[in-house]
Amino acid sequence: MPTVKDSKDTIESMAEAEFARFRKAWEGVANRYHCTIIQNNFEQPFFRLMGNSDVSDIHGRLNYINRLNEMFYGYSQNHETFHIHDCNYQASVYGIKRWADPADWYRYKYAMAVSAIPDFAFSLSHIIKSIYGKNKKALTLDLDNTLWGGIVGDDGPENIKIGQEDAVSELYSEFQEYVKAHKDLGILLTVNSKNDEENAIAGLSRPDSVLKPDDFLVIKANWENKDRNLMATAKEINIGVDSLVFIDDNPAERAIVRDSVKSSTVPEVGSPESYIDVIDSNGFFEVTGISDEDLKRNEMYKANLARQQVEDSFTDYGEYLTSLEMKGEILPFAPMYLARIAELTNKSNQFNLTTRRCSLSEIEQIASDGRYVTLYGKLTDKFGDNGVVSVAFGHVEGKICDIDLWLMSCRVLKRDMECAMMDEFVRLCRERGVTTIVGHYYPTAKNKMVKDFFTDRGFTMADEDGDGNRLYELDISAGYENKNRYIKVNP
Amino acid sequence: MSREEIYVKLNEVFQDVFDDEDITVTDATTADDIEDWDSLEHINLIVAVERAFGIKFTMGETTSMKNVGAMVDIIAERAG
Repeated sequence: MPTVKDSKDTIESMAEAEFARFRKAWEGVANRYHCTIIQNNFEQPFFRLMGNSDVSDIHGRLNYINRLNEMFYGYSQNHETFHIHDCNYQASVYGIKRWADPADWYRYKYAMAVSAIPDFAFSLSHIIKSIYGKNKKALTLDLDNTLWGGIVGDDGPENIKIGQEDAVSELYSEFQEYVKAHKDLGILLTVNSKNDEENAIAGLSRPDSVLKPDDFLVIKANWENKDRNLMATAKEINIGVDSLVFIDDNPAERAIVRDSVKSSTVPEVGSPESYIDVIDSNGFFEVTGISDEDLKRNEMYKANLARQQVEDSFTDYGEYLTSLEMKGEILPFAPMYLARIAELTNKSNQFNLTTRRCSLSEIEQIASDGRYVTLYGKLTDKFGDNGVVSVAFGHVEGKICDIDLWLMSCRVLKRDMECAMMDEFVRLCRERGVTTIVGHYYPTAKNKMVKDFFTDRGFTMADEDGDGNRLYELDISAGYENKNRYIKVNP
Repeated sequence: MSREEIYVKLNEVFQDVFDDEDITVTDATTADDIEDWDSLEHINLIVAVERAFGIKFTMGETTSMKNVGAMVDIIAERAG
């Protein structure tokens, strides 16, 4: 820590040296373990030697700590697998004078009061959960007294509380702003409200409503039970019902949904003035890096719903696929997609043969390891870009390529993408002189749909053990016939 | 609060912290008498006792307590 006697240059080099010490540790860990790193920032001290100047004077401890924290953030901005845990924020929320407990420190060497540890741990868990792709994906919102004050069906859209006319309206407007900002982060928005649909639309169509009908991917405004609406919403968007966070002002509605949908997330949001705090503190949507996929997610899901409608209008499925004018980009792992690839390995459960989870560091290593055959698959059609939707890699030993991982996002199911991926995979293997491809199916509670994936691709089952783990082989020494018919690959 | 009442509550805390319903402590009990009473469990114990009686030991007290009797002396004085 600097003292008032230190010159500007001395303090500067003290900070540099301190930062270098940390950076060396991070680099050491990263090189040795190829793991994700989470670093606490420094929380502000509970006392201020220089009083108010402690924050602004370069000799102040607080000024010094903020300077170090800034250096940490700079490192984090340049390293995708390095995350800052905002311990400083946690300490402020808890109260820095209660957080700092000299007795606990000197007796037990606990860096914070024992009673602050649960809050600290909860906050840290958000980052870990996010890295493993366990964030929630959608906010499902009630309308009356949740997104606006009053009951639109009874009061009429002109009388609900929204806009800037009075305190209550301003409060709901702020909440709507908060919700809308989630859309930009790639969080899907849907409505689940007991209302006539035209009243719901009328409320959202008010000129001073921040959220418009168009902001919502699905609007369920009807008299069906909300638990059923929630299930139906998840099914329509094709995501797990456990990925939805349901927000409703009515404790009875919350209880019904919570009781009937066991995997649902229904926070106790309290009164309107605490909605934002409750949603925020739960870290449902903790950001650990924003991918292009995130930014485009709402558009992608909208395109999906449009595709569904077109599909319904064709009687011949092949004609429908042709009409989609699909283009595939199927290539070895490329730097700009590694984050998305790691994300998919952690998120995909259903169309996933081995359910192997990989951190970004592992994927980086595999991408640069010459023993691996790697592929990512990106699919575009006339409705839009689906982004990277399929990932596969296997390691080559002699004339055998053993598939370690094969997965695909369910939103492109039955589009011939799995065939296109296999065609490319086989082509790459043949280029390397591989004669046999080995595949594995490891059953989980969720991946039954791909039980016969390898059989369908022309593999022969070589073994199955008592737990249902299967081993497959495909002999490609005599050639291989491409199976994909509808996707133009790497045009 | 009498020493007897304190002991009733204190025994519950000990049994809970060390997950052993057979534990009964006396004035003379020390860390040597309870197998799992290591430095980490000591922290949990102190925090649990503080919570149960709604008191906070000072640093000097926690480092100078020689046995459970000394702890009870402080609780009796503090918890009123």
